Amino acid sequence: MKVRVYVSLKNGVLDPQGRAIHHAIEGLGIEGVRDVRAGKMIELEVEPGVTDAQLEEMASKLLANMVIENYRIERLAA
Amino acid sequence: MTFRSAVITFPGSNCDRDMADALEKVSGTAPHRIWHGDADLPADLDFIALPGGFSYGDYLRSGAMAARSPVMQAVIAAANRGVPVLGVCNGFQVLTEAGLLPGALLRNAGMNFVCREVVLTVSNSQSLFTAGYSAGQEILIPVAHHDGNYFADDATLDRLEGEGRVAFRYAEDVNGSARRIAGVLNAAGNVLGMMPHPERMIEPEQGGTDGRAMFESAIEALASV
Repeated sequence: MKVRVYVSLKNGVLDPQGRAIHHAIEGLGIEGVRDVRAGKMIELEVEPGVTDAQLEEMASKLLANMVIENYRIERLAA
Repeated sequence: MTFRSAVITFPGSNCDRDMADALEKVSGTAPHRIWHGDADLPADLDFIALPGGFSYGDYLRSGAMAARSPVMQAVIAAANRGVPVLGVCNGFQVLTEAGLLPGALLRNAGMNFVCREVVLTVSNSQSLFTAGYSAGQEILIPVAHHDGNYFADDATLDRLEGEGRVAFRYAEDVNGSARRIAGVLNAAGNVLGMMPHPERMIEPEQGGTDGRAMFESAIEALASV
């Protein structure tokens, strides 16, 4: 089954990449975008026996750095 | 007296030779060169250095992969026993990712890779790494990094400052680092992480010798034990 782990910067952590993307969007001439935050999505293909606790462990110990990032785990229907 | 040091090399490290050269020139003894896949370190090490570079291509986050490599488990154990550990640049990123130092290193606030000599102010001249400097002394050390923007929450920053664990600050803003922090110590004072490269300022031919006192301090600290 597929699992997606979304990793995003915590509020208050400066995101220069998001800011640069914001500038580039403005460069397209599109108005109305107030803020941009960039994160990453990590897609895993796991066996059905992999538990939520194991996914939490992977996410909190490796995929996200809990000092600066949050994560959200999503199991996709097979 | 022999100074038994080790330099750890990860795939993508690129300052390991500079670090080994600096350690050999200052101490007179060539360090052990350790590969990341080694699960053991030589016994009775006096000093461990994690060099700069782009370990594992900075995949996931700078230092994230290296922090979980086999050799780092041995480095963490040694650090917890009190062995001095110096992490420079990527080595600093590895130390924060490994949990040996608080905080994290974010992308530089200006988005640009910064590669130039910068002035540092010595904030703590009492540690085994910095005893060769005087408090408030300004030294010239080069930086070369993309992810050197030191971040920690305010409570952590207050604690670091209150406990004298800020070793160096940038004399002017270089990369957006919180409170212009360039290097921090762990609570026990035997682990130092810093973005600037002291190993690149050892001989006059390198443009200065302000990095030399750091290695001399560590050697002297050992001799006085």
